[in-house]
Amino acid sequence: MIVRKTKNSLGIAILGLMLFFTALFLIVFLARIFHMGYDVLSWEFISSPPREAMTAGGIYPAIIGTFWLTVVSIAVALPLGILTAIYLVSYGKPRWFVQIVKIAINTLAGVPSIIYGLFGMAIFVNLMKMDVSLLAGSLTLAVLALPVIINAAEEAMRGVPHEFREASLALGATERQTILRVILPTAFPNILTGTIISIGRVAGETAPIMFTAATFYSRRLPQSPFDEVMALPYHIYALMTEGTHAAKQVPIAYGTALVLMFLVLSISAIAIAIRYKIRKTRKW
Amino acid sequence: MKKTIILLSIVVALLLTLPLSAQKRSNQITTSGSTTVLPIAQAAAEAYMDKYPNINISVRGGGSGVGVAALQNGTVDIANSSRPMKSKEIAACKSKGISPSFYAIANDGIAMVVHPSNTVKNLTVAQIRDIYTGKIKNWNKVGGPNLPIVIISRDVASGTFEVFNEKALKSAKVDGTAQMLASNNAVVTTVASTPGAIGYAGLGYVNKDVKVIQVAGVTPTEATIKNASYPLSRKLYMFTNGKAKGEIGKFIVFIQSAEGQEIVKKQGFISLN
Amino acid sequence: MISYKDKLFKGITYVASLFVIVFLFGIIYSIFREGLPLFNVVSIKEFLTSTEWYPTHAEPEFGIYTLLLGSFYVTLGALLIAIPLGLGSAIFISEVASPKLREIAKPVIELLASIPSVVYGLFGMAFLAPLLREWLDLQTGLNIFSSSIILGMMVVPIIASMSEDAISTVPKSLREASFALGATKWETITRVVLPAAKSGIIGSVLLGFGRAIGETMVVLMVSGGSAQIPKSIFDSVRPMTSTIAAEMGETVIGDLHYQSLFAISIVLFIITFITNLITELVFLKRSSR
Repeated sequence: MIVRKTKNSLGIAILGLMLFFTALFLIVFLARIFHMGYDVLSWEFISSPPREAMTAGGIYPAIIGTFWLTVVSIAVALPLGILTAIYLVSYGKPRWFVQIVKIAINTLAGVPSIIYGLFGMAIFVNLMKMDVSLLAGSLTLAVLALPVIINAAEEAMRGVPHEFREASLALGATERQTILRVILPTAFPNILTGTIISIGRVAGETAPIMFTAATFYSRRLPQSPFDEVMALPYHIYALMTEGTHAAKQVPIAYGTALVLMFLVLSISAIAIAIRYKIRKTRKW
Repeated sequence: MKKTIILLSIVVALLLTLPLSAQKRSNQITTSGSTTVLPIAQAAAEAYMDKYPNINISVRGGGSGVGVAALQNGTVDIANSSRPMKSKEIAACKSKGISPSFYAIANDGIAMVVHPSNTVKNLTVAQIRDIYTGKIKNWNKVGGPNLPIVIISRDVASGTFEVFNEKALKSAKVDGTAQMLASNNAVVTTVASTPGAIGYAGLGYVNKDVKVIQVAGVTPTEATIKNASYPLSRKLYMFTNGKAKGEIGKFIVFIQSAEGQEIVKKQGFISLN
Repeated sequence: MISYKDKLFKGITYVASLFVIVFLFGIIYSIFREGLPLFNVVSIKEFLTSTEWYPTHAEPEFGIYTLLLGSFYVTLGALLIAIPLGLGSAIFISEVASPKLREIAKPVIELLASIPSVVYGLFGMAFLAPLLREWLDLQTGLNIFSSSIILGMMVVPIIASMSEDAISTVPKSLREASFALGATKWETITRVVLPAAKSGIIGSVLLGFGRAIGETMVVLMVSGGSAQIPKSIFDSVRPMTSTIAAEMGETVIGDLHYQSLFAISIVLFIITFITNLITELVFLKRSSR
């Protein structure tokens, strides 16, 4: 009995230790990024372009670049994703086709981001002659975000109780009216959370934009979809690996990382908060 | 089934016609290429844009190869390179209807750097080759402390590597244990923090954290690089499609001017003359 | 009865779902189209088994054995760290922790899963690698060990959150029955809960594997980049993803080097595709039970 009890406490202690190590690493990680980043953070840092050979000034063009990349890619992926989810949930015929679409979604979700980058480079940049541009990068990111959005939208729509749909159809509404006026509005908050999570992912990706959209230095903000842009994640990488003044560039990289983390984490936190609220208030 | 195939082909056709209106505006200059030239191009772009605010210059890195490739594909206006264009590349350009022009914009020496605590002061080109091919594995073989040598090299496709390969290695293969780093900056940082390390980087990247050693008895200085008596010296280039005209031409003239060459010096490189 | 509007709408949703297939085939088509021509010059066997990776040499050699090894070592190391930490945390959160801690821990884990990989890379390159080099007196801090740590910590949230899901779907009655028979908490966890949640846990590990082997920025910044057969965990390696990312910019479109990088991406795609397929099978097993 004593052996079993000791085993029990020991086992649980080890589990606790695992959680402790995980938490410890994350605290060190966050503290380091925050501490180093906070030192360079200022209004000038987020509102002006880089100066003096990337050793001074700010990251404004990169913030705007990341903003546009995210907006355009979500604008492409969201309608496509929701429409696909509608097809899968409400029509779902022929079955073999649905099976194929589902396999495709799952496969897309597992493709490494660098392969998305190669795909974007081969298809959008080279084959379609978009050059390295905001548009090419956004489309690449849109393809990457698509499976996340479809899965979120599908799950959200399947979560809408069957009675809603049947009631609507019984009242004489067509399938389309039912989808657009009953199912989508009901599923909307959950679709929103899924979308927001994919925004966080898109904003932080580096590998897909390396060869499709990102530039090391450009002072002007993007004027058209065919301009190349600076972007926060790529800027961090570029500062760490290119340029002559390592000592001055590392702090800027930390500052950029802090801004990026702040954006991504606050976006994700909003999503999680919305979902939390839905779970609490919905009764079905 | 039939319907699916028809629709599928329509989707593909739509996707293929999507982008066709890509057009570069005349007040936009894009450059890309060597990470060695990057600081010069970036700083010069900054100064140039301060003078002519209606111009925008975008500076991308990648490596000398990427610059030339992008020039071949017609996707950049200026390709930055830390080596002359290879005959193979010139041929590839011509086959795509691009006739490259070459503009030297600065002098540079590839400095051999070691950790500051290392007592070695000078290496011959042959010794450097033996170290990088893995024949010499300890610093005590070349008059230094008893310490294993850690080889730091640049990625095989960088312009810096190509010049080093040609002038020091004579095309011998770098030992597999070498760390292949993506930038001059990374080489210097790594050497500075690794006691047994040897690395090489553009002179502009060298800082006080590392020790520059002589090659064949010659220290890389402004004079030895300009007169090419330092064995690992080179010129940095910008390539354009055809003779550089318009804003592109003005930008290159600016870099070659006294004002531009001041920027070159300030970034740690050697001016043209 | 069905109006043309309804038909049109249905048609639109149908076309939208076609896009998904088009994109997947676009990816497969582009990497195979650009990568396969390499095998006219280099045999598949040589490509996979040769240790000589000299893509830009005068007589180029394209052997990715060392790159494959690099990817596998780093991924293995990451999983060795992430499985105990992730699974341990998941079990602790769902079986031991108070409901209050659970309420906090769950969203925090989800939040962490969204931290951009380049930030982890920055942390590894600028903080962890120099620190480890000094503490352990290494030749270089950019090695298998440090990239495994960083990669492992990236995978922890994935494994933790998915296995927590799997564990919390184990019916309460199973646990109660176990307790009623006099089993301790530890015995209940190891002999009842974990076996019941097994397939979900394996699924989470496979997902973590796929994520780790496909991750680019961390290994690009932290693994050091030597194409060698590592002799210890403190040697640098050059995983497949970082080779593609570091060298793609340098190639001329359509030349052998360019093709070889796409060929690497074919290998990478096949590995992740198979992993994905197995994961699906594991999950399917679970959902049909």
